[in-house]
Amino acid sequence: MNFWENRRHLWIGGALAGVVFLAAGAAQGQFGVIWQKAVMICMECIGIG
Amino acid sequence: MMNRIRLAVQLLFTIITNGYMYGFLNGKIYRGGLKYVCVPGLNCYSCPGALSSCPVGALQALLNQRGFRVPFSALGFFFLFGSILGRFVCGWLCPFGLVQDLLYKIPFFRKKKTLPFHKYLKFGKYAVLLLLVCFGSVFLFGGFAKVPAFCKYLCPSGTLFGAAPLLAMNESLRAQAGGLFYWKLGVLIFIIILSMKWFRPFCQYLCPLGAIYGLFNRFSLVQIHWEKERCISCKACERACPAALSVVEISRSPECIRCGKCVDACPEKCLHFGQMKILGKEKTRNGKVKNSAFAGERNGNDGR
Repeated sequence: MNFWENRRHLWIGGALAGVVFLAAGAAQGQFGVIWQKAVMICMECIGIG
Repeated sequence: MMNRIRLAVQLLFTIITNGYMYGFLNGKIYRGGLKYVCVPGLNCYSCPGALSSCPVGALQALLNQRGFRVPFSALGFFFLFGSILGRFVCGWLCPFGLVQDLLYKIPFFRKKKTLPFHKYLKFGKYAVLLLLVCFGSVFLFGGFAKVPAFCKYLCPSGTLFGAAPLLAMNESLRAQAGGLFYWKLGVLIFIIILSMKWFRPFCQYLCPLGAIYGLFNRFSLVQIHWEKERCISCKACERACPAALSVVEISRSPECIRCGKCVDACPEKCLHFGQMKILGKEKTRNGKVKNSAFAGERNGNDGR
């Protein structure tokens, strides 16, 4: 059977991979990095930095 | 009908995710705990109203770190949103997508769906993703620090939702605006003008987030199903599709943003939103369960 015809389960694998990646990111403190960047005005984003 | 529902969802989601009114009134940004997580769409976290982070901004922030580490958190958001929604995010949840939709409604210019050389230009968003977001954020330096290259040199959402309100309210920031700001303003104005004639030019040709979510379109949970056995090949769906997709490409193509215009246009109602089949069962539109979704599936294909 064509690979794509069995794709009905791929979204579950993708979502689970997302959860695993989020957990790995949390374990490495990456959410803190995101937060630190997000709570300061991003000068590059507004065209100044 | 679908258009009105979609517009309502877009407006509501934009208002909810950018609802920090104190920021708009005082030229400041939200600094609370919600910014640990990302919204699904392109939503600059320097927007005074933004309550969460931008996924592309988050990816670049992680790539900007010293050394190289796999940006697991950003990948996690992409996989989670992409696997469930695919480019439904683009069509229903992205604030900058909403802006382009509204601009496209303005009755100036004869409307067109795609730019000339569309079949080549549509890969531009993958080039932006690789060159600006990935390589640019790892290798480009501003002084001693790495820069979020996409945010710095291209992102029009940052200019519109971040720069415009912040510079309007904050004189010290306004005094610092220089060549980079005017470059970004020019990019924004260019995209605004294009959006009045062509359908979502930023989404089709430049958005790295659309490039990422498009990769999930073929197997995301949310799909638009085509009941081939009921289709009369009138091509009303293809005429309605603003991305100029064929009926076979609808929902599967990385270009499909699941706007639902094909669903509204189909006279036989053989296109409808649904979820991927689970365990080989799917409900028919009257709620009964059948063991295979399409007649074609019994023959080893899904009817397309």
